[in-house]
Amino acid sequence: MSDDALFQLKGLGKQFTKGKETISIFDGLDMSITRGDFVAMMGPSGSGKTTLLNMLGGVDQPSSGEVWFDNDRVDNLSEGALAKWRANNIGFIFQFYNLMPMLNAYRNVELPLLLTNLSGAEREQRVHTALKLVGLDDRAKHMPAEMSGGQQQRVAIARAVVSDPKLLLCDEPTGDLDRETADEILEMLQLLNREFGKTIVMVTHDPAAAKFASQTLHLNKGQFVEEEMTR
Amino acid sequence: MKDLYIVYKNLTRKKLRLFLTCFAIFIAFLIFGAVTSLQGALNAGVEMAADNRLMVMHKTNFTLPLPYAYVNKVKSVEGVSHVTHANWFGGYYQQPENQIVTLAVDPQSYFDVYSEFVVNPEQLRRWQNNQTGAMVGEVLAKAMNWKVGDRIPISSNIFSQSGGGHTWELTIDGIFASPEVPAETNNMVFHYDYFNESHSFSDGGNTVGWLILTTENTERNEAIIKQIDEGFANSQAETETTTEKAFSKAFVEQIGNIGLIIFSVVFTAFFIILVVVGNTMVLAIRERTGEIAVLKTLGFSSRRIFAMVLTESCLLSFLGGLIGLGAAWLIITGASKQFERFLPSLSLDQSVVIQALAYMLLLGLITGIIPAIRALRLNIVSGFSRD
Repeated sequence: MSDDALFQLKGLGKQFTKGKETISIFDGLDMSITRGDFVAMMGPSGSGKTTLLNMLGGVDQPSSGEVWFDNDRVDNLSEGALAKWRANNIGFIFQFYNLMPMLNAYRNVELPLLLTNLSGAEREQRVHTALKLVGLDDRAKHMPAEMSGGQQQRVAIARAVVSDPKLLLCDEPTGDLDRETADEILEMLQLLNREFGKTIVMVTHDPAAAKFASQTLHLNKGQFVEEEMTR
Repeated sequence: MKDLYIVYKNLTRKKLRLFLTCFAIFIAFLIFGAVTSLQGALNAGVEMAADNRLMVMHKTNFTLPLPYAYVNKVKSVEGVSHVTHANWFGGYYQQPENQIVTLAVDPQSYFDVYSEFVVNPEQLRRWQNNQTGAMVGEVLAKAMNWKVGDRIPISSNIFSQSGGGHTWELTIDGIFASPEVPAETNNMVFHYDYFNESHSFSDGGNTVGWLILTTENTERNEAIIKQIDEGFANSQAETETTTEKAFSKAFVEQIGNIGLIIFSVVFTAFFIILVVVGNTMVLAIRERTGEIAVLKTLGFSSRRIFAMVLTESCLLSFLGGLIGLGAAWLIITGASKQFERFLPSLSLDQSVVIQALAYMLLLGLITGIIPAIRALRLNIVSGFSRD
């Protein structure tokens, strides 16, 4: 694994069993993501984009092959170790924000910090920093139901970055937003990539969203069919 | 923010559901607290009965009298240390609903057999020498605001005086106490001779209600019981001798098998609550499948989420349970004042509280275990797809 590669997949395979039939999604997929990259993954429905993202994030296990992250193999970690690894290294941003509806913006952003040993004061400082970064510090006390989709996604971004992970995994982060709001979110991701050095992998159907990434990978039938440098 | 805060927010997110579930638990523990306390009060006499005390009653029914001559016959049985006798008077004070547990007893031997009562020797001597005197239990005296020297009219709802009227004038010569079991002093006793010579059914002093005796050695209880009952076999008044504990238990169970009734009520209440709360918890956690998947994605371990779900179900159980137990305490405290003389032991005591707390924990664990295991085993990917 080269020093620049943050993520590397080697001969990745993934099969599902549906009834008596075994469906293969990936068979010997190789992939490398360089530190500081902003990668967009595109492809038709069922091409395996989200499955690949899940395996990158350690929430789904490959059937075969190896997953390396920052020179450590992670596909063979136990469930508990994987949870810890995710908490330390990965920030997740979902299409439907997935905020806890009973917690306000502040508490939602604080969630990942509960997995650290930070004191209450340190947690508070970090949460406010993250909320300021997404421009929502003044909405800290608002419940998710009191915020627009764009605001909720910004809270989700604050939650994803609050523990300062190396990698952000975004699954259709603008899929539920109008164009204008989507662009705001994408600009925010771009800022995180450029100014804060976050490596980002984003699954999207939207070619306009992909243009914000530095590199676009096209996935079809479990293989990368095209690679495109955006900038 | 700690995990407990998340648990609390989850618990309180649907206020109506929380209220209804808590109300169901509240009812269960209200019933448990009140009914178990009542059982304890009814059984107080059974629990405190002396092992070396035996009761000799008419074999047919304990309301039928025994010949007075039995007293001396029982005294002569080997291993018997003291014998006394008593008659149920059916007493009340001023109004029939104001019932007083009143017994006509032998003043010379009564407190020898009931030696656990604390009696002032001077008061005892005065009573023994005063045929119209009475000894009043501390609980009763306190409830009626009676003191030594008071003259009180006690009427009977069974007997009448040979000269007419139902009321016997008695002078309180002393007050007896029972520091260990105050409940046992909710009664009063007066002279058998006074009763026997004055009531209209008097047959010349030939009968008593029942005998009470103490044995020198409890290991000989069975042999003494056998000897007494065999001695009066084939007589006009055959006897049935039992331990005081068995007698008290049989007396309480005249109104039914209290233990079984209590168990049935409590079991039914708890079973229904178990189903209601268990179902609520399963539904609540199922609704949150996606949120649990998010927490796991963020890095919360499965064990931690398991503990959070169990904590939530236990909190729910303790919330409803403690309010229910508090309400039971209020009811029992109110009722204990109302029924002070009849159920002086009526109280929600520590053992009921400890039992209730244990049941709350058990209820929380049982109702939470299935959703907690489901949360523990939840696969993140399928959790999102089910959301």
